[in-house]
Amino acid sequence: MIAVLLAQTIAITGGTVYPVSGPKISNATVLIRDGKIAAVGTGVAVPSDATRIDAAGKWVTPGLIDGGGQLGLVEIGAVAATREASLQGDTIAAAFNVTEGINPASAVIAVTRIEGITTVLATPTGNLVSGQAALIDLDGATIEQMVVKSPAGMVLDDSESGKDYAGGSRAGLADRLRRVFRDALEYERRKADFSRAQMQPLSAPARDLEALLPVLHAQEPLIAYANRRSDIATALRLAREFKLKLVLAGAQEGWEVARDIAAAGVPVLVEPLDNIPSYDALGIRYENAALLARAGVKVALMETDTHNARNLRQQAGNAVSYGMSWDQALRAVTLAPAEMLGVADRYGSLESGKVANVVVWSGDPFEFTTGVEHVFIRGKEMPLTSRQTELFERYKKLPPTY
Amino acid sequence: MRTLLYLTLVLSAGCAAAGARQATPGNPPAPAPAAASQAAAESMSVDRAQYPSTYRRHANPPVLIRNATIMTATGQEIRNGSILLRDGRIVAVGEKVEAPADVAVVDGTGKYVTPGLIDDHSHLGVYAAPGTEAESDGNEATNPVTAEVWAEHSFWPQDPQIPLAIAGGITTIQALPGSANLIGGRSAILKLVPARTVQEMKFPGARYGLKMACGENPKRVYGRRGGPATRMGNMAGYRSAFTQAETYRRRWDTWRKDHKGDPPERNLRLETLAEVLRGNMYVQNHCYRADEMAQMIDLAHEFGFKIRSFHHAVESYKIADLLAKEGTSVSVWADWWGFKEEAMDGIQQNAALNQQAGGRPLIHSDSPSGIQRLNQEAAKAMYAGQRAGIPITRDQALRWVTVNPAWTLGLDSIVGTLEPGKMADVVVWSGDPFSIYSKAVQVYNDGWLVYDRADAAHQPRTDFELGRAPAPGNDR
Repeated sequence: MIAVLLAQTIAITGGTVYPVSGPKISNATVLIRDGKIAAVGTGVAVPSDATRIDAAGKWVTPGLIDGGGQLGLVEIGAVAATREASLQGDTIAAAFNVTEGINPASAVIAVTRIEGITTVLATPTGNLVSGQAALIDLDGATIEQMVVKSPAGMVLDDSESGKDYAGGSRAGLADRLRRVFRDALEYERRKADFSRAQMQPLSAPARDLEALLPVLHAQEPLIAYANRRSDIATALRLAREFKLKLVLAGAQEGWEVARDIAAAGVPVLVEPLDNIPSYDALGIRYENAALLARAGVKVALMETDTHNARNLRQQAGNAVSYGMSWDQALRAVTLAPAEMLGVADRYGSLESGKVANVVVWSGDPFEFTTGVEHVFIRGKEMPLTSRQTELFERYKKLPPTY
Repeated sequence: MRTLLYLTLVLSAGCAAAGARQATPGNPPAPAPAAASQAAAESMSVDRAQYPSTYRRHANPPVLIRNATIMTATGQEIRNGSILLRDGRIVAVGEKVEAPADVAVVDGTGKYVTPGLIDDHSHLGVYAAPGTEAESDGNEATNPVTAEVWAEHSFWPQDPQIPLAIAGGITTIQALPGSANLIGGRSAILKLVPARTVQEMKFPGARYGLKMACGENPKRVYGRRGGPATRMGNMAGYRSAFTQAETYRRRWDTWRKDHKGDPPERNLRLETLAEVLRGNMYVQNHCYRADEMAQMIDLAHEFGFKIRSFHHAVESYKIADLLAKEGTSVSVWADWWGFKEEAMDGIQQNAALNQQAGGRPLIHSDSPSGIQRLNQEAAKAMYAGQRAGIPITRDQALRWVTVNPAWTLGLDSIVGTLEPGKMADVVVWSGDPFSIYSKAVQVYNDGWLVYDRADAAHQPRTDFELGRAPAPGNDR
């Protein structure tokens, strides 16, 4: 079914192409065929049946990837009936996978993708273990059509708010997690005993422990939201003890322990426009992303405010303004998150064989002057319309026509 | 019961001595109007100074910034221009400005100069960081009408968000009560400078604003606490309050004429509302939906006052013609939307469409984060308009964050543009302020170098930060 929609060839010609996986290429062609990138470069032959997109003077990049937020999982922030990202009554909600809560008809999707964001991590919230996040493309009539990878990671709240689910102490939080992790491993060894009720009570429901096993076998990343330096250290310590594939998220004081994070080989999801101090992160500052990157940490960016996910490029631009290199910032919204979430073989760069999520910009994607000219998701050109553009069209001349 | 109570209050009360005064920059506010007799003045709180400003300009040598691109917010963008600041005033702006002998020269090569940015919707100080209950002082959510509370009485000058906003080029703010209440209280108009007390920050002579709120928030807060529970309940709440205020105002104004008998009893709630009715205080109205703004305009007509600005106003583009005709400014975000139902129709061209309709749009923050990059938000809104075919100029977009908010606060003759005689609130930017890569490098407030990105001696830190947050440049 998808293949029918994608059976076409598109040649984006003449633009300055930023493959991310390699240096920029001037006056290059990106050839898209059947939803995949078929070729990238200066000497690409354009088939006669290809739809040509003239990108002379334009910038061509991979579609941007937002490493956070609840896109598809929330329509209106204040309306609980439209929120699907948080499971009530299960503090270790490891078995909770957000995927079936995603609404492909959400109006927020088009609003976001017409600004060049093509892929997002739909992230569960709340609880100590929030649940499983899903990486989705921002196009598709069904959830199945949207999903890139599910689960893409297990989300843990190792910040100030997480301890509310662990007795009100950070030490309690760490202790609770250790018990849960050990129980999960023991449960795995003694499933038969468990079924025969010949096992001590477990610290979380069996299905949640079961869901943690891929994390405990380092097959699935543990995405730990942690901001205070000591909480980041706790996450690193737990990852070391249980040999986890850790991704830090938030990491507002990460710059203070950048060398430790780098030494542990742990990547970080950062929100560069955060700098309001709280007791969870008195050391929060704009330079966080740049200082982490400088220390050798793999940095990806996120905009956790779902309705503002389209401002991911403003986040990236500000990261540059506060010390990140431009190339690092582009990587942080394309290839770096793809690598962290284990989809770099398919996503994050403009390379032959990869999924054709491609954006043509009028200029530097991080600059305000720049507009989006074309968005391709899986090789399909997206109309640059949304509920908001319809509102604009209706009211650009007053009185409106209803 | 409630009627009786209000009647009692109406029979008492006093005229607001702290009403509008001619704004006189650099000078403390005039004393309160004299009462009938010295004896009366001594006995009546209403006739004494009401929480006066103690703001004083900080000394600074004269400064000449030269070779910069000067964006005046009066229609000019002067390449290789200069601007001279002395004694808190802008002395000269132009292509050639003589350098007096005693002047400190700032090389503006490659840099841009704008007026200090003004945020007419901030909760700095009243919702201070670190954001615990202890700093939650913005909503007196104990009654839907609390016109008697003043934001300045909550304002905490050690809010660590203040230096962050200063570093973003902000020189003046309106700190407002929150939007839980129909009528939330008086705003504080403040010079954004480090200070020990809010009095030291109060913009001399500035009129107070009255925070009012439409729509979902009051309904949500009071729906199960005695109301209002509906939008029609909201309207009835405003009307009831202003009806009381009409009587109160009349009684006091009558007594003021001849001082016959005892003065009416003072009622702080009605005193504030009476000042709105007298035209001495600006209504700053949180209101999202177009249809509700139209209702509020009718309310203002009913009671004979003007709404100075609709704040948030995400649907203002739908009635931009009406708002332009009414002369009410619209204080909007560049692109915030979606967090609640009344915010679902926010579009990126909102400011531009209001500009096109002849209105007075401006970009506000309502956020300790957004206030640090009002220039960026204005840029987003300008380019969104331009891309949609609305020819917004750079000068218009600059006015969205300078002289238009100044007008909304009644201070546009004092701040908001770079013109000789204006207060020397000036920002030097590393580059075009509408580029994402530009930052404020120097901020002058009333001629004082309050912030310098290159000099730690001019990077104020609050008490809160000491021993807690690493100093700038100190990478642990």
